[in-house]
Amino acid sequence: MEAQSAGVQGAAPAGGPGSGGTPIVRVEDVRKSYGPVDILKGVSFQIEEGDLVSIIGPSGCGKSTLLRCLNGLESLDTGVIDICGVALKRAPGGKAGAKPGANAEAEFAHAAHLLRKNVGMVFQSFNLFPHKTLLENVMLAPIVVKGTAKAEAEANAERLLQKVGLGERLDHYPIDLSGGQQQRGAIARALAMAPKVMLYDEPTSALDPGLVDEVLDVMKELDREGMTQIVVTHEMRFARDASDYIIYMEKGEIVEISDEDEMFTNPKDPRTRQFLRRFL
Amino acid sequence: MRLAFALRTRLGSAMPSAAPHCRSSRLAGLWAALLLSFWALAFGAAARAETPAAASAASASKPSGPPLRYGGDGTSGAPYIFKDPADPSRTVGFEVDIMDEIGRHLGRPVVFVQNDWSNLIPGLDAGLYDVALSGLEITAAHQAAADFSIPYYTTFGQIVIRRGEMPVDGLADLKGKSVGTLKSSQMEYVLKQAGGIDVRSYDEEIDAYSDLKLKRIDATVMDFPIAVYYAQPDRELQFTGPPIGRIAYGIALRKGAHPELLAQINTALSQMSVDGSLHAILDSWALWSPVMAQVTGDAKPMIAQPVNYEHFVEATQPSGWRAQLDRYARFLPQLGWAALMTMEISILSMVLAVGLGAALALARVYGGTVLDRLAQIYIEVVRGTPLLIQVLFIYYGLPKIGLQLDPFVAGVLALGLNYAAYEAENYRAGLLAVPRHQMEAAVALNMTERQALRNVIIPQAARMVLPPTTNDFISLIKDSSLVSVISLVELTKTYEQISTTYYDYFGTGILVAAIYLLLGLPFVRLAHWAEKHVSRGMTRSSH
Ligand SMILES: Nc1ncnc2c1ncn2[C@@H]1O[C@H](COP(=O)(O)OP(=O)(O)OP(=O)(O)O)[C@@H](O)[C@H]1O
Ligand SMILES: [Mg+2]
Repeated sequence: MEAQSAGVQGAAPAGGPGSGGTPIVRVEDVRKSYGPVDILKGVSFQIEEGDLVSIIGPSGCGKSTLLRCLNGLESLDTGVIDICGVALKRAPGGKAGAKPGANAEAEFAHAAHLLRKNVGMVFQSFNLFPHKTLLENVMLAPIVVKGTAKAEAEANAERLLQKVGLGERLDHYPIDLSGGQQQRGAIARALAMAPKVMLYDEPTSALDPGLVDEVLDVMKELDREGMTQIVVTHEMRFARDASDYIIYMEKGEIVEISDEDEMFTNPKDPRTRQFLRRFL
Repeated sequence: MRLAFALRTRLGSAMPSAAPHCRSSRLAGLWAALLLSFWALAFGAAARAETPAAASAASASKPSGPPLRYGGDGTSGAPYIFKDPADPSRTVGFEVDIMDEIGRHLGRPVVFVQNDWSNLIPGLDAGLYDVALSGLEITAAHQAAADFSIPYYTTFGQIVIRRGEMPVDGLADLKGKSVGTLKSSQMEYVLKQAGGIDVRSYDEEIDAYSDLKLKRIDATVMDFPIAVYYAQPDRELQFTGPPIGRIAYGIALRKGAHPELLAQINTALSQMSVDGSLHAILDSWALWSPVMAQVTGDAKPMIAQPVNYEHFVEATQPSGWRAQLDRYARFLPQLGWAALMTMEISILSMVLAVGLGAALALARVYGGTVLDRLAQIYIEVVRGTPLLIQVLFIYYGLPKIGLQLDPFVAGVLALGLNYAAYEAENYRAGLLAVPRHQMEAAVALNMTERQALRNVIIPQAARMVLPPTTNDFISLIKDSSLVSVISLVELTKTYEQISTTYYDYFGTGILVAAIYLLLGLPFVRLAHWAEKHVSRGMTRSSH
């Protein structure tokens, strides 16, 4: 498999701590710019199956952009993203910054579709479908995308909602749920597509402080079950307690990838130290 | 007298026109014979008053040829072609009688086709009917646009003033005065040519006479038949002065298209003039005049009673409120059918508008630059031009490039295509109002753009555009009145027909307004209900 043979370049050390396992996510020299502004300036790292990785960094450093690249919501200018053996890259011949041709675009869309089969995503603003009940929200994608039978999709949705503690709220519309409940619903909705990797973009930033833990607890539970998770977060406590390791980004680059304790007690890079000072 | 009239019109005019609707003309013949014998038995005395035209139509016609369709404007008032005031479901008039008689001569059943007066000649070109008549004057301008038969009636302009005012002796006396006449009529041209007259042009003759009585104008000059029917019975008005000019009504045919038919019609008219049947028809409508005697060389005095005229005067005389209510009740079936037509047109147009509007909106928001641009051009062109022009263009314009549409289809198409542009902008706003994150969430769940649109975006947008769409539908019901210009008899057209026949815009107007309100009401309710039901999840429920 290509994913296993690839070398690692750029700012990241080879693999994360605990390398030697199987990388399920491989990011290699990903660059991305909006017009003249470089947002991602050659990002590389690998993540092994079952890891929970936090990405932290100052606002505007490109965390969300990176995450969106990881499931093909954004295209890349150069580099490769490989998740579960499905590689996403820029079509050969395309120059960075140049508008990709229709052919390359279709190719990218096809690859992104394949890649997303294994990737679930949770957004800061939940983005549940307001016109559907919680149960319908979770059932929809399996029915529409995979053609799952309704009864089966419903049973599965019920199971997942029970798992995230919403078994009593199946027929509620999103608007009638608290933020924490909505976010847990959104996690269940993503899980319904049976992903191998879950991406979270600041999943608790929009929540009242009292509702943060119920969401983080779900993620910890998933971690225990062996789900691979990448979490962009400002919750340093969570990053520190739950992560297998932490990626610190700044200005479109990965500055440091460290064990969670090491990152907080003994950051290697002065920039990381500077950033974390506020939280310590 | 009234019974005699009923007999005559039922046999002479209603039957031949109705015949084509029957499965077989034999059935029609049987029906006619039955009616005839019934009426003859019961009212033998009255039957004597029946005109030769009626007699011949009743006895002879087993019209076997293809139907002869004649276009006319049933709203242009008595005595030409109009709704029988006693039974508004029937179309009567001296031109109806003349066409029936011509049909008998040609051995063809005749069928009346309604169209607006100003569109009668375009309707010939569009192939809506074979011939047209409705007080169409044989003038150079008309002859340039259509072929004309020999005149079936020759007449003149009649000056009318308020009773008891200074008599007027000809056009010269009208200088400096305001004079009402019919728009686009030959008399309008004559008055304008005279110079120095303040000519006021009206769409409806009764409006001109109303204004004369209200002293808004000083006199009217209109074709003698109009004056006979609308001014003569009126105690506040009087005829004055000599005949003005010479007006000849002819039957119009599509230019150069049917020389044989034209010859046949001319032969029939000549024979009718010789055998007295034309004279009898005109007598029954009280329209024979010295001018006709002079033109035809027929010096005979009255040969038939003016039954139709008397019936008209009797039926339109002002009456008590009870009679008035009876009359409104009699309108109801006719208004009911008209309302049904209005609803059919409105609903079908709306279905088209919603479908096409949604497609245009999707093209604009998700269709890429080319489709967006095309949709935008469509929307701007349609919204930037008057609906009336679009209706006329689709119906009368498109046949020029070989696309000839049935009036109903053309009406639905025009309204639907027009409203689609407005719906498209509504729906576009609705699509844009769905947060961008919704699409992203759907794509992140691996839906294709198409799946996301169908399952996530469109359902949400649809809920938002439901209220404006309902409002548009209510507007559409009202705008559907515009299709009356392409010969569709819906609610507004029927209002015109009835009110011009009875000289009653007021009561009929209230009646028709109430019907429009009633038509819209259920949809307003339905929309409220639907809004409540489909907007679940869009507003916080109360708990
Ligand atoms: N569609 C876009 N077009 C142009 N610039 C963009 C676009 N999306 C993001 N950016 C810019 O790219 C940079 C990185 O954005 P990104 O959202 O990835 O930052 P972030 O690290 O997630 O920040 P935050 O912590 O505030 O969420 C920002 O400067 C942002 O303004
Ligand atoms: Mg972000």
